[in-house]
Amino acid sequence: MSSSTSSQPLVHPAGTARLLWTVLTTVAVLTLLAYLVAFDQGAVSRSGMYLHELMHDGRHLLGVPCH
Amino acid sequence: MPLNTTTAPPFVTVLVRGLLAGLVAGLLAGAFAYVAGEPRIEAAIAIEEAATHAEPAAGGHQHEDALVSRSGQRGGLFLATGLFGAAMGGLLATAYVLLSRRRRAYDDGRSGLLLAGAALLGAVIVPFLKYPANPPAVGDPATINQRTVTYLLMVVLGLVAVWAGSLGYRAVGVGAPTWLRVAAAVGGFLLVTVVSYVVMPSFQEVPADFPATLLWDFRLASLGTQVVLWTGIGLLFAALMHDRRRATSAAPVT
Repeated sequence: MSSSTSSQPLVHPAGTARLLWTVLTTVAVLTLLAYLVAFDQGAVSRSGMYLHELMHDGRHLLGVPCH
Repeated sequence: MPLNTTTAPPFVTVLVRGLLAGLVAGLLAGAFAYVAGEPRIEAAIAIEEAATHAEPAAGGHQHEDALVSRSGQRGGLFLATGLFGAAMGGLLATAYVLLSRRRRAYDDGRSGLLLAGAALLGAVIVPFLKYPANPPAVGDPATINQRTVTYLLMVVLGLVAVWAGSLGYRAVGVGAPTWLRVAAAVGGFLLVTVVSYVVMPSFQEVPADFPATLLWDFRLASLGTQVVLWTGIGLLFAALMHDRRRATSAAPVT
């Protein structure tokens, strides 16, 4: 973009492409983490229903459909 | 606008601040949920178990008490809200960095607060008013997949509604009076919200004999948990983004 010459805050020094990959990886990992809490029933966590049951109350009180 | 010489923190630094803000806000939300919500969950489970014992052939949802005890689930509440908060804080920090690439001036974490408010409205309040949280014993297990998909879709639509509001605000020019810009924002938001509410299916699965006051108290506690979470994320993130040197250098000279 035309504004890339000025010293904008928070722009990754190594450039836009690397920032893009960092952002995409971050979003993917954080979405997976939120999924583990809110929806997973053992398919991802490989813990059977243990994590699912452990976080049962949190899911209800965060407002996620549970059962 | 004076450009200051101090360099802005890199993405990873902002991300860590977001994760930290989210983790702490999540634990605070867990504490709120523990005090305000746990008694309601216990009461609802008691009703659920009474119903299961009354008709054992119904085969409803069993609480796998053998897997995780009730006290384990009460402790797991903090794990759930802490992890969920950290994830949301990290996503907020990511959105903050992406937004800040359009902005030249130091904003003292202001857009972080704005983003947290937008997330509270779009990802929590809009979906909650259509699909309010349900305690144990409410909800038909046969429709859980439909309800999960429609809930997630409603979260997306809520965020689209907030986005439509900001589009409306910017569509009315900078020279226009404030009330007109805000009216355009409200209009854009309401248009998407109302259409979503009408189009999306409804689920009425509260058993006829489930106490109305318990349902209300549980839902209020659930909404409060999310309000604590997002208020905490916004405030803590903005506090961590505050830079004393930049704040003083950007202050107007009077």
